[in-house]
Amino acid sequence: MTNPETAKHDAIVDEVRSAFGDALLDVDRSYDDLALVVEKAAVHSVLAHLRDARQCDLLLDIAGVDCMDLPESRTRFELEYILYSIPTDVRVRVRVPVPEDDMDVATATDLWQSANWGEREAYEMFGFNFVGHPCLKRLLTHHEFQGHPLRKDYPVMGGQWCTTTSDMTEDLEERQGGVPK
Amino acid sequence: MTEKKQVRIEDALPGAGEVKRPYTAADFDSDVDFARDDFDEGLDLSDLDTEPMLVNIGPTHPATHGTFRVYCHLEGERIMRAGVDVGYLHRGFEKIVETKNYTQVIPYTDRLNYCSGLTNNVAYCKAVERMLGIEVPERTQYIRVIIMEIQRIMDHMICVGANIVDIGALTNFWYFFNARERLNDVLEALTGARLTYSYVRVGGLAWDLPDGWRDRVKATIKEIPKAIRDVRGLVAKNRIFQDRTMGVGVISKEDAVSYGWTGPCLRGSGSDLDLRKVRPYYHYNEFDFDVPVGANGDVYDRAMVRVAEMEESLRIIEQALDRLPGGPINVDDKRVVLPPKQKVHTTMEALINHFKLIIEGICPPPGRVYDATETPNGELGFYIISDGRGGPYRIKVRPPCFYLMNTLKYLIEGAMVADIVAILGGLNIIAGELDR
Repeated sequence: MTNPETAKHDAIVDEVRSAFGDALLDVDRSYDDLALVVEKAAVHSVLAHLRDARQCDLLLDIAGVDCMDLPESRTRFELEYILYSIPTDVRVRVRVPVPEDDMDVATATDLWQSANWGEREAYEMFGFNFVGHPCLKRLLTHHEFQGHPLRKDYPVMGGQWCTTTSDMTEDLEERQGGVPK
Repeated sequence: MTEKKQVRIEDALPGAGEVKRPYTAADFDSDVDFARDDFDEGLDLSDLDTEPMLVNIGPTHPATHGTFRVYCHLEGERIMRAGVDVGYLHRGFEKIVETKNYTQVIPYTDRLNYCSGLTNNVAYCKAVERMLGIEVPERTQYIRVIIMEIQRIMDHMICVGANIVDIGALTNFWYFFNARERLNDVLEALTGARLTYSYVRVGGLAWDLPDGWRDRVKATIKEIPKAIRDVRGLVAKNRIFQDRTMGVGVISKEDAVSYGWTGPCLRGSGSDLDLRKVRPYYHYNEFDFDVPVGANGDVYDRAMVRVAEMEESLRIIEQALDRLPGGPINVDDKRVVLPPKQKVHTTMEALINHFKLIIEGICPPPGRVYDATETPNGELGFYIISDGRGGPYRIKVRPPCFYLMNTLKYLIEGAMVADIVAILGGLNIIAGELDR
């Protein structure tokens, strides 16, 4: 059985390749899914293109990956944006290799509101620095927590003793465009 | 494939068209943030000596149904600014599973959305099965549909029941929990557990249905419509309930999509996105069921979408029980399923097979897969990376209520303090899934 998505995936790959050229490093079509591997510098424009031209209106998740023990990866870290287009029913992933010595990535909060917490989680778990994020601070771990627990070199039993309570003033001041009416 | 059909909530209610709405979505597109700003008109408060009041709610509070903290800056009873702090139930799910094998992860998934553990089991196993390229037998697919839909009803009962309790109506909660208890008994007879089931396995199920279970489910689901009718009759046209929920926590479809909403909450805002329809798995395209959608995106619509979904789930369960085929429940694949104990004790091959599966675990080929399932709360996705070993290299969970909670700050700013619990309950925030 052929996957009905395959033709849509072909169109997206062709379009992104013609629009961004060498910034599209690779294409992963395993399991009939589509993952575009793009350069870090071009990630924001690729995401904006997918949102505006391919109607990818739902940013499902942002997954950070520590590729320390993965032999095939180019860099220490990777970010994976999982997008879905409700009108065209296509799921696209955008994979961004991120080197350990330069973890600045352009924020996607201006494209999707859901990127807010998605990026905060990727920041605290791996240490990605999302440039332009309105409130890049720890979300699931304690505000005194040191280090990035999902990195492979962080010990599994590496608990920390945190004592004070956050006064949450930053959360009160956090503002982002597009507040729902 | 069945026709994709939308049912508007207002049409599904008894006495369709009679429900009067104090506000509609159009009222909220104006420059005024909330229609309730009218309250302050005509009052000159400028020379009144006021100071901002900061109120902390949580981390443990009876109305939060979980551990998280809301911090509000109030003026009178109006919330001017709010902050939301989560993570009090963070247990490092994604870290601990990197040290386990694929089968050992299943009990951890029970503890994500603990109101519907079986759905998480199925969602996780479905993702791993996709990595392995195996399809579970027909019988297992139908059993998985049945248990997932039972769990959907149970989850919605908790969500809607607790939501109504929070705004002051306790009776409905017991109507739902009586019915839910019957369903709980059914699942207990099947799995032996009442909360953390761990019944699903990669490649099949832990064991087949017990004798008479099918008839028992058939008898039990006949009791559910009465509970739904009772609660709907008490709240759907109840003036107090409508005043507390209509026009409260309104979000437009476009905003909801931008905030990453899925599931019944998004459908309450008017989208008909349902993975069971758009990306059918386990023969969902062969079942006759409708997708209820709301129109106004407020707490009322979200609750009523859930109530209507329960009835659709009952329809699916009935059809699946009728069509339940016989046959094996586990795939015939030595890489995945343990050999029968009798063979382990009598043949060398089965003993080696058993040993390798226990010691090394299931080893999918290296690769990455993202697989999503329509759970009661929305799209539960598992992004799994395998490096060919017997355990996952990385699992990223995409919990539906993580992105619902992201929105809470914006939903409660401008609302009243008492609206927090109504909005929170309508979103069905499950801290186990939120914080992982």
